[in-house]
Amino acid sequence: MKTSVSKWLSSGSPFVWLNAGAVAISVIMVVGLLGLLAVRGMAHFWPADVMQANYAPPVLSGEPQVTEVIGERVESESVSSVQIASSGIPVDETVAFYDRQLVKMGNRDVTGADFAWLLSSFISEIRYPENIVAMERREWGNFYGFLASVSESGEELSLSGDEALWSEFESRLERASRLHEAIYDIEKGEIGKINYALERLRLRQRRLEIDSQLTPQRMAELDQERAELDQRYRELQQELLALNTEIDRDSARFTVANGAEVEVEFAEIVRAYRPNQLGLIGKTGVYFAKLGEFLTDEPREANTEGGIFPAIFGTVMMVLLMSVFVTPFGVVAAVYLREYARQGFVTQAIRIAVNNLAGVPSIVYGVFGLGFFIYIIGAEVDQLFYPEALPAPTLGTGGLLWASLTLALLTVPVVIVATEEGLARIPRSVREGSLALGATKFETLWRVVLPMASPAMMTGLILAVARAAGEVAPLMLVGVVKLAPSLPVDGNYPYLHLDQKFMHLGFHIYDVGFQSPNIEAARPLVFATALLLVLVIAALNLSAVALRNHLREKYKSLEV
Amino acid sequence: MRKVDVSSVLGANAEKPEELDSCIEVSNLNLFYAKDKQALIDIDLTIPKQRVTAFIGPSGCGKSSLLRCMNRMNDLVDDCVIKGRIGLDGEDIYSKHVDVADLRRRVGMVFQKPNPFPKSIYENVAYGLRIQGINSKRVLDEVVEKSLRAAALWDEVKDRLNDSALGMSGGQQQRLVIARTIAVEPEVLLLDEPASALDPISTLKIEELINELKRDYTIVIVTHNMQQAARVSDFTAFMYMGNMVEFDATDAIFTNPAKKQTEDYITGRYG
Repeated sequence: MKTSVSKWLSSGSPFVWLNAGAVAISVIMVVGLLGLLAVRGMAHFWPADVMQANYAPPVLSGEPQVTEVIGERVESESVSSVQIASSGIPVDETVAFYDRQLVKMGNRDVTGADFAWLLSSFISEIRYPENIVAMERREWGNFYGFLASVSESGEELSLSGDEALWSEFESRLERASRLHEAIYDIEKGEIGKINYALERLRLRQRRLEIDSQLTPQRMAELDQERAELDQRYRELQQELLALNTEIDRDSARFTVANGAEVEVEFAEIVRAYRPNQLGLIGKTGVYFAKLGEFLTDEPREANTEGGIFPAIFGTVMMVLLMSVFVTPFGVVAAVYLREYARQGFVTQAIRIAVNNLAGVPSIVYGVFGLGFFIYIIGAEVDQLFYPEALPAPTLGTGGLLWASLTLALLTVPVVIVATEEGLARIPRSVREGSLALGATKFETLWRVVLPMASPAMMTGLILAVARAAGEVAPLMLVGVVKLAPSLPVDGNYPYLHLDQKFMHLGFHIYDVGFQSPNIEAARPLVFATALLLVLVIAALNLSAVALRNHLREKYKSLEV
Repeated sequence: MRKVDVSSVLGANAEKPEELDSCIEVSNLNLFYAKDKQALIDIDLTIPKQRVTAFIGPSGCGKSSLLRCMNRMNDLVDDCVIKGRIGLDGEDIYSKHVDVADLRRRVGMVFQKPNPFPKSIYENVAYGLRIQGINSKRVLDEVVEKSLRAAALWDEVKDRLNDSALGMSGGQQQRLVIARTIAVEPEVLLLDEPASALDPISTLKIEELINELKRDYTIVIVTHNMQQAARVSDFTAFMYMGNMVEFDATDAIFTNPAKKQTEDYITGRYG
């Protein structure tokens, strides 16, 4: 007769509860992580109200100075009075803790510091004026102030009323934005193309020199091409000059905290809005505009502002290229190990070695990539194929190709193991059926076995992508940079530039979080970028899983 | 259920195996699995052309092993050693010059458990042709239809050729396997207990099929169902413990066996 406890144990209930509990904890952890990233990162883009207040902290001698403070509240915390006192502000130490707030005051070109911690108890007369304007600029960060006037070609326009002034401001800002886009297109697009073409001409000429084939006739051809490009360049310069004159025409004058007046050119302004006047819908509009900019634009201000599109692009590009390298590598190795190699001691040793490779720290792969791929192979390739560019290395330095290869090497054991598992699971009967029809072993593999093993290969690929997309340490050595001048895929031949350095989300997080000159501005971006990295990896994984499910349906196993 | 009258079948072909053209000649065949286990002992046998030969015997007597030797499927087994000679139309199939893939095309095999590929019905039948490089749709369409008709499957599947072969019943799958085997126009068909995994109706259909096919192919069938052997085959070989005990016309084996061992097995005294 079982006791009720042992009955309950053998019914399996405790294990069901244990499993459910473990799953619940995992889910909570993941959701908690994503929630933390979302709240701290995404909240950054919400256009907060801008306050105007008086601040009068105690001073050692004399009367406390009252200064005007204009800015957004970012966060608040509690600090001990001892700590405050030791930093130079003589507060009453009988009170144990004081609240202080981090206020984003912007205007770094005016005041020198755009963030400040203010003690809450000494802030007074907090108000939220309707007309305060918050602006994002191309340099010097955010700006807060009151719009005083708008000028065209140096002459102030006379406008009556705040609303008329604001609508004039908005329409001129729109004009300036359009002009800026046109300027950007010319600079990055057209002139970029010309620079690229000029560089290629130079390389061609150098190549001919090295090969001693530079005849006067060829030289003349090159010179003519160069002249054409220069001519085009001059034309574009003219266009740019005209556009720049246009965009510099307008400026605006603002009154900032403590009464100073600042002139701001429209060319510098990215976005301007009046946060205290916007309703929920208006603020949501600004939020999505900022979010869109984050996802599609290039970074500004040493990666502390602007967007991270190049990093997203670089990460996805690198993962795709890595998949292209690792899949054939891993599948062929697995097929050899399982199908062709004699199952003896040597094969077993190779299998053990491959499995152990999966445990090697990733930075070691980075060092290997640097030492072998870049310094040895890259240097040789440069000597053979790109002598005209020397001493500047083409493939003899980090780049997209070497980074993808290094990560492919890192994840190949995973693909091999997964594929081997898949191959082992294919019933002998199907193989025998194919062989009995007169197929060779290779044909059987190619036409029957490998298609049936494709879900397993996809599993291997999914695991490889998951592992590689998050690695940062090896990439730092083999081709990722803080700021890349252009994307590895662009309109210039050969369209995919495998020798170019690129940006990467993981490295971006590290760079923004730890190498940034302005940590307060950068911190929310760290969270936002981290969330984005998780989402990008999740998207890559989900598409691979969907593909695998499709393959599973197609090749349902015979042994059911 | 159609009752088979065995007596009407027996006696109809009172041929002697020696009188006919031979297709496969097995001489002095010895088969060892893993050095110390001998599965076939000194087998001497001649399979007549365009007739059905059945191998019967108790489990483990070596009939499947012998069958698999005939298209070198035993090559796939590690540690399998074969001594002796098997000639296909005079040529030793174990000689070094033989192209094994081509041999297996000429000597087709159908296994006990149906093993269609996880492809469409059309692609299953066309597989053997595609391997040979035939990819023309017209040719493939023609051969697929011909093979499916010959396998008595065409009417059932002609509207769903692109459906997955795995969706068919066991009997249909086995007929599909037969269809894809005959699509490559082999000379010999080796059937390793083709109906043992099927229900009686499907078994009947397979047996009818064998009767149709023997006009064009040499058929060797392994079966542990003696009634099936009696119904279907022209010649029967009785094997026991790796030895070929007796080989003669089916009616001779079943009505007047020469060896006592054979008689004991036939009458069910053991085996």
